[in-house]
Amino acid sequence: MTEALSDTFTVRFFARLREELGVEEMTLKAEPGLTTGRVLEQLASRGGPWSQLKNGQPVMIAVNQAMAKEATAVNAGDELAFFPPVTGG
Amino acid sequence: MISIQADDFDPNAEYQALRQSGPDTGAIATFTGLVRISGDHSGVTGLFLEHYPGMTEAVIQQLIDQASERWNILTARVIHRIGPLPLGDQIVFVGIASRHRGDAFAACEFIMDALKTSAPFWKKEINQEGEHWVEQKTSDLERSESW
Repeated sequence: MTEALSDTFTVRFFARLREELGVEEMTLKAEPGLTTGRVLEQLASRGGPWSQLKNGQPVMIAVNQAMAKEATAVNAGDELAFFPPVTGG
Repeated sequence: MISIQADDFDPNAEYQALRQSGPDTGAIATFTGLVRISGDHSGVTGLFLEHYPGMTEAVIQQLIDQASERWNILTARVIHRIGPLPLGDQIVFVGIASRHRGDAFAACEFIMDALKTSAPFWKKEINQEGEHWVEQKTSDLERSESW
C-alpha cells in the first residue's frame, strides 16, 4: 500500500476550474523529469473542458502550496494545484 | 496575526490590539474592504468567497515578511473572510502598527495590493440570474506590480 502511494502526486482544482472540470482532486503517477507544464499538457489532451488548461484563460500553478511555474519539477508526494487568477480582497 | 474566517470582525478591536505593540508605537494604519456592487453584472446581492486553506495563510505570511524587510513594522494583523458575504459586509482587514506613519501607510497598502493578486481567494458574484466567478482586474495587477 505504501509502495503504491509513494510514486503518486495529487492535483487540486479551485473555483471556476473545479466547477468546469467537475473534479476537486485527483491522484496521478509521477514520472522522472515531470514538470507542472507537462501535467497541464497531459490533462488538456483529455479534451472537452480539459482543453482550457492549455488553450483557455490563464491558469495559476502551485506546488506544495507555493506559487510555481510551468517549468517547476513535480515529484512523488507533491501537492499540485491549478486555479484561475485570484480575486480576493 | 493572520485569520481566515467566516465570521465578521470588529475593526475597533483590531485597532485596540494594534495599540498594544509596545511603547514605541507611533502610528497605526488600517484598511477595511467592503463588499460593494460591482460594475460587471447587474443586480448583485452578494459574494461567495472560496480559498485554498493552508496556502492562503502561507502567502499572506510571506507578504507580511516581505513588508517587514522593506519597512519598520511592529505588528501586522490581516483578516480575510470566506463563505457567503452580502453587500455592505466587511470582507478584508489589514492593520499595521509602526513607529512612523510612512512605514504604516506603505506596508498596509503593499500588503493589501499584493494580497489581491497573490493570495488564493476567489470571488463568485451572486445575483437574481445566478452566479459567476469574478475575473481578475488588470488595474489590480498593475497596482501590485508597481511595488
